[in-house]
Amino acid sequence: MSLGHDAGLTPHQAPLRNVFGDALLAVATENPRVVVLDGDLGNSTKAETVRHAFPKRFFNLGIAESNLVGVGAGLAACGLIPWITSFSSFLLCNAYDQLRLAVAMSNINAKVLGSHGGITLGKDGPTQMGIEDLALVGGMPTFVMLVPSDPASMHAAVRAATEYVGPVWLRSSRVALPQIYPMGECPFEIGQANIVHQGDDLTIIACGIMVAAALDAAAVLSREGIEARVLDMLTLRPMDTTAIVAAARETGAIVTAEEHLLTGGMGSNVARIVASHHPVPMRFVGLADTYTDSGDPDDLLRKYHLTAADIAQAAREAYAAKHDAGNGRER
Amino acid sequence: MSIKLTPTVSVPALQDKARALRLDILEATTRAGSGHPSSSWSAVEIVATLFFGGVLRYRPEEPDWPARDRFIMSKGHAAPLLYAALAHAGYFDREMLSHLREVNSPVQGHPIQGLMPGVEATTGSLGQGLSVGLGHVLGGRLNQLDYRVYVLLGDGECEAGQVWEAAMAAAHFRADRLTAILDYNKYQETGPISREMALEPLAAKWRSFGWYVAEADGHDFDSLMAVLDETQRVTGQPSIIIAHTVKGKGVSFVESDFTFHGRALSAEQAAAAREELSHVARS
Repeated sequence: MSLGHDAGLTPHQAPLRNVFGDALLAVATENPRVVVLDGDLGNSTKAETVRHAFPKRFFNLGIAESNLVGVGAGLAACGLIPWITSFSSFLLCNAYDQLRLAVAMSNINAKVLGSHGGITLGKDGPTQMGIEDLALVGGMPTFVMLVPSDPASMHAAVRAATEYVGPVWLRSSRVALPQIYPMGECPFEIGQANIVHQGDDLTIIACGIMVAAALDAAAVLSREGIEARVLDMLTLRPMDTTAIVAAARETGAIVTAEEHLLTGGMGSNVARIVASHHPVPMRFVGLADTYTDSGDPDDLLRKYHLTAADIAQAAREAYAAKHDAGNGRER
Repeated sequence: MSIKLTPTVSVPALQDKARALRLDILEATTRAGSGHPSSSWSAVEIVATLFFGGVLRYRPEEPDWPARDRFIMSKGHAAPLLYAALAHAGYFDREMLSHLREVNSPVQGHPIQGLMPGVEATTGSLGQGLSVGLGHVLGGRLNQLDYRVYVLLGDGECEAGQVWEAAMAAAHFRADRLTAILDYNKYQETGPISREMALEPLAAKWRSFGWYVAEADGHDFDSLMAVLDETQRVTGQPSIIIAHTVKGKGVSFVESDFTFHGRALSAEQAAAAREELSHVARS
C-alpha cells in the first residue's frame, strides 16, 4: 500500500498485528498479573508471543469463543489481567452475550483484542472481517474502545489498556501501517484525541488505518489551498468531546473517516456531538450498507471508497458547504 | 489428601435453614410481584448444604477474600435463592430481600456481579456460569490458592452450547477443583425437559466429556453431603453432581404445576404457601 506516501510518513514493515504481539509481550513481561487467552488464532493475532515466553500465563481455549470470554471473566475476578484475544468478528458474533454479561455488565478488569478489524484483512473475505465491530462494542456501555493508528500508538494503547481498571476493547489490523508518531513518542491518554496535522479550513476526524489516509488527503488538499486539521481519534469511547467541539468551532466543517460501516460507527457518534454542541457541515467516509468482496486490501479500499482520494473529495464538499452556509446557502 | 466433609450443623438445623430460605424466597418474590420462586425452591437444599453444611469456606466480612471457595449461581433466575442464602450467611442484612427487583436496589432481578457482596458472576442469560467458574479455577492455580469452585447449573441450561464448551475445556485443563451441581428438576420454561428438548442420557454425556459424575437426591442433606464428599476426592478431572429435584419443592400446588416458572404467587396462593412452608414437619 502507498498509505502515507503523500504525507511523507515513514513506512513500517511489520503489520500492526505483529506490533500488537510485541506490545503484549512487553506488558506481560513487566506485569506478572497479565494472562493471555486465545481462541486458537494466536499465530494470526500474534498473541502467541506470550505463549512462547510465558506458557503458564497463556491459555488456548480452542475454537469456542463463548467459553473463552467466560473463562477470561473468571480470571479477571481473581485479580489477574486477562487479554482475551481473537478476530473481532468471531468474538463479537459468537460471544456477544458473554462480553455483555460477564465482562461489560460485570464491569470487570478484562481486556479484549479484536484483531482483523475492518476490511483490510483482504483475501479471507467478509466472513472474517470486522466491519461492524465498533458498532457492536458501542452497544456495551462500560467498554473503553481503543483504535490504534500506527505502531507507536499500538504500543501505547496496549500499555494504557493494561493499566486501566475496567473493560477495554482494542482494535488491531492485519496490515502494516506507516508511522504517524515516532516510536515511543505517541501521546496517549484514554479519552484524548491527538491533532496530527494542523489546519483551520476544516477537520478530518479519523481512526485506525484511515488516519494515515487522512494525512495523505491533507497533503493533497494543502496543495489546493485548503488546510485541513487531522484528528486521530485513538479512543472511540469515551470520545474526546472537547477536541471535536473545538474542531467544529475553529474549522467550521468536519469529515469523518473510518474503516467500518457508516451505520453505528465513529462518524455517527461524532455527528451526535457536533449536532449537540456546534452544528457545522459534515461529510462521512466509511463503508456503505454492504458486505465486501474478498481481495487485495488496496483493491478493496478503492472499490469501497476508503482511500485518501475519497477523503479529499469529501473534504472539498464539506469545505464548500461551509462557505455556502456562510453565504446563507447551506445545501 | 482430602479431608472428610463433616456437616457443621445438624440435619434438623439444615432443614430449619431450608425452611427459612423457602419463606424468604416466597416473601421476596410475592412482594416483587414477579420472579422465579419455583426454580429457586428446587435448589434450596443444594445451596443450604453448600453455605450452611460446612462445605464452602467464606468470610462474609471479607467478600473478596482471595482464598474463599466460590459459589456461582449459573441459573441466574434463581436469584431469590442466592440473595436469601447470602443474607443468611451474613453478607448483608435480610431486610435487603424486601427490595428484590426494585429500582435503585442492588438486589436486582437477576444477579449482577459487583452490586451485592457474594455475587460472583452476572448471570441470567443461561449457559455462562461454568466458564466463569473454570476461569476461577485457572486463576486459583496461578495464584497458588487451593479453593474450590461450585457452579449451580439448571437442567434446561444444559441445552446451551457454552455449557459443553466449558465442559470440554474443564476436562482438558483437569480442573479437579471445579464441581458443577445440576439442579435436575426436569422442567424448563415451556414444559417438561423430556418433551421440549431431550437431555438424556445426561450422565453419559458428562462422562463422555471427561467428567466424574455422581447422582444425588437434591432434597436430602445426607445424600448431598455424601456425594460432595465423594467428588472432593476426585483428582485430575472436574466433577458434576446430578441432583434430582422437584421444581417448586415445598409448596404442593406449585410442585404440580410447571406454569409457575417465572411467576410469583398471588396473595391468596402466597398465604397458602406460607402456611404449608411454616408447618413442614422435621423428618
